[in-house]
Amino acid sequence: MENLVIEGSPKTPTIKFNPEEGKLLIQGRSIPENSIDFYKPLVDILEEYAGNVKPATRVDIVLEYFNTSSSKCILDVFKKLEKINEAGGGVAINWHYEEDDEDMLEAGEDYQAIINIPFKMVEIEEE
Amino acid sequence: MDLNIYDFYNKMEQDKIMLSFKGNVTSELLTSVLQIMESKMEKLNEPNRIKKKVYNILVEALQNLYHHLDKQPDSVPQGHNTVIFMIGKKEEDYTIFTGNYITNDNAVKLKTRLEKINSLDPDELKAYYKEVLNNGMMSDKGGGGLGMIDIARKSGKKLDFDFHKVDDEYSFYSLNINIPQ
Repeated sequence: MENLVIEGSPKTPTIKFNPEEGKLLIQGRSIPENSIDFYKPLVDILEEYAGNVKPATRVDIVLEYFNTSSSKCILDVFKKLEKINEAGGGVAINWHYEEDDEDMLEAGEDYQAIINIPFKMVEIEEE
Repeated sequence: MDLNIYDFYNKMEQDKIMLSFKGNVTSELLTSVLQIMESKMEKLNEPNRIKKKVYNILVEALQNLYHHLDKQPDSVPQGHNTVIFMIGKKEEDYTIFTGNYITNDNAVKLKTRLEKINSLDPDELKAYYKEVLNNGMMSDKGGGGLGMIDIARKSGKKLDFDFHKVDDEYSFYSLNINIPQ
């Protein structure tokens, strides 16, 4: 399987998925008007990975902003990760949020309540 | 002269309007407006928490306008496909005002949804958000009705809306979103 790398833009996050190392990073802003097309390559490669998992899969979500259009796509990504976890992929999700960003912490907790994978809330300290 | 720009200016000054726009909304316009507001809030030295809250709510409010225009039928009368929005800061509170035409049929449906959101307390709103996120159908644009719930949750205020009937077919829908510090 090949790596997936999508460079970030003012409205879309950087996405890096390395299936050999079992590492996924989503970082930046996710506020596109139409998010389904943007997230499709990631959802597709995770589906492929679910059939060929590594024993440990580390996921880091480091979002500054995301809109409600992205929130459903992010849930789709988590649902794929749930499938990967069930297939023995040992998924661990790190949800990063800035220390005073209660809305982002709460958003992570919302997903945690829906998704059956352990979440770790990681506070980013302000520089 | 019918239009006195000085009156407009004074009115906007009184209401502490930071930015206003009337016209057609494009993706590029939204990108610019968001960048302008971000740098304005930067200059005002707003706390990170407030900057993020206002930015997040603004994204939802403006993208609602954008998607609304996307859904308009071709038969929409001249001028009915333009929108208005303003962003103001009075004392410590930010307010986002939006306005657009809507068919009377859609106005009835939207009003029902907004009234439902307003009837919920913060915990119920959180539960409703998760329910719509998890079970709600996704529109082809990816929204799926979460935008207004998110605005209500993040602002912590009831949605302040109005539908002004224009004629047998159309109403003008206005929304004021107050974001307290």
